[in-house]
Amino acid sequence: MPESSTVKDVLSSSVECRTSPLRRFSLSALHRNSLGVFCSEDNVQECLSHISQEVSSFGLRPAWTEPGSGSELNIVAALNCMYDLIQLHRRGLRTLENMEVEQLKSNSNVDFLQLSTTRLKEQLEISKRENTGLLERERQLQLKVKSLQNCLKNEKEEVQKLQNVIASRASQYNHEMKRKEREFNKLKERLNQLLVDKKEKKQAIDVLNNIGRADGKRSLWKTEKMEAKHEGEMYKTLLSDYDTRQRELQLENAELRKVLQQMKKDMVSILSSRKPAAKGDKHEHGGTQAASEEEDDEAFDSSKESVELYCVHAREKLTNSIRLQWRRLKSHVERLDSQVSSAQTGESKSTDAVPRETHEEEMDRLKLEIQQCKDFIQAQQQLLQQQLSSPCDEETASLLSDCYMLQEKERLGDEWKTLEEQRKIFERERRNFTEAAIRLSHERKAFEEDRATWLKHQFLNLSPFSDSKKPSLSKSKSAFLISAETDSSAAVAPEKFIKHRSESPRCVPLTSPSTADLYRTLCLIPEDSSTKPKRKTEHVEESSVFCGNAPVRHKRWDGIQDRTLSQEKNSSI
Amino acid sequence: MNFSEVFKQTNQLCKVSPDGKYLATCVQYRLVVRDVSTLQILQLYTCLDQVSHMEWSSDSLFILCAMYNRGLVQVWSLEQPDWHCKIDEGSIGLVSSRWSPDGRHILNTTEFHLRVTVWSLCTKAVSYIKYPKACQKGIDFSRDGRYMALAERRDCKDYVCVFVCDDWHLLRHFETETQDLAGLEWSPNGCVLAVWDSCLEYKVLLYSLDGRLLSTYSAYEWSLGVKSVSWSPSSQFLAIGSYDEKVRILNHITWKKITQFEHPAIIDNTKATVYKEAEKRPGVGSDEMPLHNITMGATLFNTQSKYEICPLPVQIPVVKPDPDRASPKIGISVLAFSSDSRYLATKNDNMATAVWVWDMQKMSLEAVLEQTSAVRCFQWDPLRPRLALCAGNTKLYLWSPGGCVSVQVPTEGGFQVQSLNWHCSGDSLILLGKEQLCLCYMDTDQEDNCSPDKNM
Repeated sequence: MPESSTVKDVLSSSVECRTSPLRRFSLSALHRNSLGVFCSEDNVQECLSHISQEVSSFGLRPAWTEPGSGSELNIVAALNCMYDLIQLHRRGLRTLENMEVEQLKSNSNVDFLQLSTTRLKEQLEISKRENTGLLERERQLQLKVKSLQNCLKNEKEEVQKLQNVIASRASQYNHEMKRKEREFNKLKERLNQLLVDKKEKKQAIDVLNNIGRADGKRSLWKTEKMEAKHEGEMYKTLLSDYDTRQRELQLENAELRKVLQQMKKDMVSILSSRKPAAKGDKHEHGGTQAASEEEDDEAFDSSKESVELYCVHAREKLTNSIRLQWRRLKSHVERLDSQVSSAQTGESKSTDAVPRETHEEEMDRLKLEIQQCKDFIQAQQQLLQQQLSSPCDEETASLLSDCYMLQEKERLGDEWKTLEEQRKIFERERRNFTEAAIRLSHERKAFEEDRATWLKHQFLNLSPFSDSKKPSLSKSKSAFLISAETDSSAAVAPEKFIKHRSESPRCVPLTSPSTADLYRTLCLIPEDSSTKPKRKTEHVEESSVFCGNAPVRHKRWDGIQDRTLSQEKNSSI
Repeated sequence: MNFSEVFKQTNQLCKVSPDGKYLATCVQYRLVVRDVSTLQILQLYTCLDQVSHMEWSSDSLFILCAMYNRGLVQVWSLEQPDWHCKIDEGSIGLVSSRWSPDGRHILNTTEFHLRVTVWSLCTKAVSYIKYPKACQKGIDFSRDGRYMALAERRDCKDYVCVFVCDDWHLLRHFETETQDLAGLEWSPNGCVLAVWDSCLEYKVLLYSLDGRLLSTYSAYEWSLGVKSVSWSPSSQFLAIGSYDEKVRILNHITWKKITQFEHPAIIDNTKATVYKEAEKRPGVGSDEMPLHNITMGATLFNTQSKYEICPLPVQIPVVKPDPDRASPKIGISVLAFSSDSRYLATKNDNMATAVWVWDMQKMSLEAVLEQTSAVRCFQWDPLRPRLALCAGNTKLYLWSPGGCVSVQVPTEGGFQVQSLNWHCSGDSLILLGKEQLCLCYMDTDQEDNCSPDKNM
């Protein structure tokens, strides 16, 4: 907003300027024409007044307070004025530049708009043409439809007509046929009559002798009794036929019922096994399920009594329960189907059940995470680039040096560790040796004593006191025993560290102060030695997972690379 | 498979007695009765004129020979060759003659269907049944021989009479809901009577023995309707063949359609097997031509043939019927159930070379036999699911669920099988040529009809 206002100002001022320079130039031209130069010794005043006029017309403070007061030019004011003018000029130039750019932009805009208008016009033309084409097609189709409808109507009429014709002809033919048939019957009757009346050639049967009936019975008279018997027989055959049919049907029914029963059982078992698993959807169905379950149990009870199967109620119950089970099975299967289909179409549908807000929240969270990750990656890349491109950079240099220091330190730590281990070993050995030395000295002492006693004994043996020899001997023996024990214990320890002893045999004679010194120095950095191995692994990790272990590193690198850490923090946040 | 020598016959009159022991043939005006096993002539009767119809009585004791142009019926006794009986219908004329199921009565239909005369051989009594209808199948006896259904036309209305065959007592007489009754047929258990209308209207009516209308079935209107009707031997199915080239199967409980079998020109049903008869002429110029074949003469010109199983789909040759002519050659004209009701064989008239076999258990097409020439006749083995067919050539064809065989009839003089009849035992077949006949004995073991494509 402020920019635009200034631009406006500038614009307005430039508009103002536009008029004034013209005037000025005309004036200046006039002056030049007359004098050659704008200002000379003679017309200083004029020029001054002119310029002050001009300046005031620009809205600037005049370079001098009063033109008449003195011909002396107030230099400060003139300079200020000049400065203002120059500023004005500069501003004018800048606005001009801006305007030119604007002009260019608007020109290109205009071009673009023109282009697009032409394109749109073309499109319009095309669509208009299409539209007319479609309209034409529609009109044609409508015409076609109309003609087809007409055709259909005609056809229908034709069909109706033909049907009428057929019907009328059929009725006519039927009538004719009936008439003919009647005539035919009359003729037949007449013929029959004639033939019966005719004597010359009669129907006759000529049998040598009558033969018996096939069943051996005599033929019977036609009586009412016989009629009744025939009726009875007929019904008997019909009945027997129905009987057999009924039996067949019963058998079939029993079979089918068995199948139904089996099916029901299967269904019940399937559904009951499903029920505990699908308790979740139980409340969906609510009361109906519970009610049907009750019915289930009822039906089950009735089915157990197979005797009742044939009674109507049991049958109804069976069919009803089957129907019920079937419906349930169907719904179950349908549900499964829908589940499958929904799973196929995508999980988005299933998550639709979850409120949208949480969904969106989750989305936001994920987006944020992604952004963070991206930032991390970017920072990493930046750092890397910096490292690669400008090693002379101060920060990176310090970072690098830090890194080198770290590496160095690690290396040192490693060395420390090995050294400490060695030291420990040496110490143990030293202890052993000191112990052994002590023992040795003890033994020596004892030996010395023994020798002294022995010498004494020798000496005394020479003397007549010989009975005091035995106890002293036993004592020396015990001393030897002890030494043997210690030897054996000492022999175990050296065996373990035989390598180390061979490596540094000089350590054995090391004096205690030197080892203590070493120990002391080691004690100075106890934490380093403990964290060293960990750090090494961490260092490996660092390259692969940059963002994940930032806080961990923060702890570890405490005081070593504060700078990098702060950088990281910046990038991560 | 063995073949007997060839005998003469006329008018394709050749019938085995119902007990399966005798074979009666008519040669001109002579009736010859032979023993089926030995083919020895047992009896020889001489009729008064050339026989136009011959029929065994149910007890195999009598033979009826009808000479329609003379209006005469002669009856011969097998046990008493001397016994004779002659029935003269006089100037009233005769168009049809048949035995009643008891074998003691003869029913003669007079010319113009004026009446049916019932002649008793026991009492010489004669009785008349008036107003019989002249139609495709106007008389039918129930399988047990107890009842006779007769179509009747009076006052331009159709009626059905049910007679007790014992004493020709009219048990029931009822009007049928038909425009123009064309035929009637008892169910094999004798309890249901199927009645169908003429081809102008698709209408099948089912009546109980006591005359109640059980059901009416109509598949469509306007176009030509029923062409053939057949009950399954179990009385369970009623197959209706119609002019729309379909067979519809009704069940015996609800009398509704169970299924319909279509006869498409292109068979692409993968479950069906299509056997196509392939002829191979013995190459005249080939060196393989055995010399004795030349000596056999007649067989030289006979072509060998065998069945090949065609990969689907198969195009069956179709002859378009002439629409201007009456009773067009289209639609299912022949329907035959196998004896165990398991299979149904059909023939569609505009595909004269094909016989279709349907499985009634799966309710689907089982096999199609495509012959090189038009099928003349086919018949099921009375005991086994085995179909014999002939196509007016020198071959006999057999189908069984195991496969298909084409058999050359090894007779001289170009015996062309026009028609065939199974012996009731199912062990032999009577093959009828134009003026000859020949017996074909099946191997008793089922070996050869199970091996497919066996060419003999």
